[in-house]
Amino acid sequence: MSGTSMTTRAWLLMLPLLAVMVAVIGWPLVDTVGLSFTDARLVGTAGNFVGIDNYVKTISGSNFLRSLSTTAQFAIISVFAEMVLGVLAALLLNQQFYGRTVLRGLMILPWALPTVVNATLWRLIYNPEYGALNAALTQIGLLDAYRSWLGEPATALASLIVADCWKNFPLVALIALAALQAVPRDITAASLVDGAGPFARFRFVILPYLAGPLMVALVLRTIEAFKVFDIIWVMTRGGPANSTRTLSILVYQEAFSFQRAGSGASLALIVTLLVAVLAAAYAALVRKTAGSNA
Amino acid sequence: MERKSVPFSLFIHACALLLAAVILAPLVWLFVMSISPAADLTAKPLRWWPQAVDFSRYGVLLSSIENSAGAAFVASLINSIVVAGMATIAALALAVPAAWAVSRTPAVGWSLYMVIATYMLPPVALAVPLYFGLSHLGLLNNVFGLALVYLTILAPFTTWLLKSGFDAIPREIEAAAMMDGAGLFATLRIITLPLAAPVMATSALFAFLLAWDEFFYALLFTSDLRAKTLTVAIADLAGGRVSDYGLIATAGVLAALPPVAIGLVMQRALISGLTSGGVKG
Repeated sequence: MSGTSMTTRAWLLMLPLLAVMVAVIGWPLVDTVGLSFTDARLVGTAGNFVGIDNYVKTISGSNFLRSLSTTAQFAIISVFAEMVLGVLAALLLNQQFYGRTVLRGLMILPWALPTVVNATLWRLIYNPEYGALNAALTQIGLLDAYRSWLGEPATALASLIVADCWKNFPLVALIALAALQAVPRDITAASLVDGAGPFARFRFVILPYLAGPLMVALVLRTIEAFKVFDIIWVMTRGGPANSTRTLSILVYQEAFSFQRAGSGASLALIVTLLVAVLAAAYAALVRKTAGSNA
Repeated sequence: MERKSVPFSLFIHACALLLAAVILAPLVWLFVMSISPAADLTAKPLRWWPQAVDFSRYGVLLSSIENSAGAAFVASLINSIVVAGMATIAALALAVPAAWAVSRTPAVGWSLYMVIATYMLPPVALAVPLYFGLSHLGLLNNVFGLALVYLTILAPFTTWLLKSGFDAIPREIEAAAMMDGAGLFATLRIITLPLAAPVMATSALFAFLLAWDEFFYALLFTSDLRAKTLTVAIADLAGGRVSDYGLIATAGVLAALPPVAIGLVMQRALISGLTSGGVKG
């Protein structure tokens, strides 16, 4: 078959997918761009063209900057913790101990637990009056009086991050473990003969094998953490005093709670742009990591 | 084999115990809450194991008596199965031909990367027009409408997984079949699709899990028993109208059972799917 007709055939086979993607992603995205220049409401008026007013108001408003900072804190701390805990757990799971197969199997459980169920579970654990965390900490004497973990701005975000990490670090661990198992035994043995200590061995022998898969996990987790909505909505709805209001929650409130579709759209596009910049930066980093390993 | 000292081995076992406790404690507690009488869950000091084990909430939630908590739960359970099932089938139907085409014809690959790049889009960037669109079509609060919206997440993801699956099947096998006179579709049916069956099954399970887990669009686009999914129903329960924490925990256990079962059975395939797709790029 000639090259041209193969290409034509390929396009024909892709047509259904592309058509649906244009309908459910392409068109809505273009429409969001259009909406972002209007003062459209969710219900009622189609809205008038207002130029870049929405963008100016959004960027100069304090809500946006505060949400951006909350989102960055959530994403950076939880992804960093997930990577560190994930690699430590993977190094452990690569050692020999009784019950290793079972423990490796258990690691899939938090990942498989639906996000909303995870959020609900931790909300019950953090319950200010009857929660297991308060009970456990007071019963072992670490806490004098019950606290409202999700009800105080000082602890709400940290509590969310713990819940998010618990669900996501096991996946990082499993990805890292798969990479560790690909490290040839000869190499670790040779480094041992050469007198490399445990840290040197990790840094120079094992880490290069982990770098690629971990970079992919890092990219995916960061993008997901930046878009975070479910766990926060179920646990705090962005409160208390907006201390956990990430960007996605802010957009939701603007577009759907306050029904300001136009200004919500402009906010959503700013978030999209930020995620795209982040992804592009990572893509460059991934290419660099891949290049240095080749 | 390197020899390990006894203290090192003890240390490793202690760490393993700690890790097991960290993973299991919240999950076991979810289950214990679901079988504890309400009084035990509000006792101070808290009872960590019920005086009398009580499985009655499972019966309550899975009953279909009209206007009961059970009827609402069962309806949302069915909606979740229907929406996730339809979206998975539709996503595979779109993704299989597209993924095969890209795998065999690299010249069209850039369009796949555009499809995959949509993964970056936060759902909020599409939510308002999708809301208007569904409302215009009369598909708000409708399982078909929600399944359609789920294609925004499922279709790119399954195409990505399937493409690396087809890449692993040598073209030479297809070429040989065609040399023997099989047409394109006969070749695909007899040779390629059976060889791709494992990766198609993994993709389908992944897609189903993604749809089962989805919350944001379901929250926006459904409002009552006709289309509300399990995730929204549970968030409603957790949102405060229910005073029996055990009932919330029971709903959580039931919603978690299918994905946890899939995860345990499919662990190996799921991990290799997650890593291979990403590493090969």
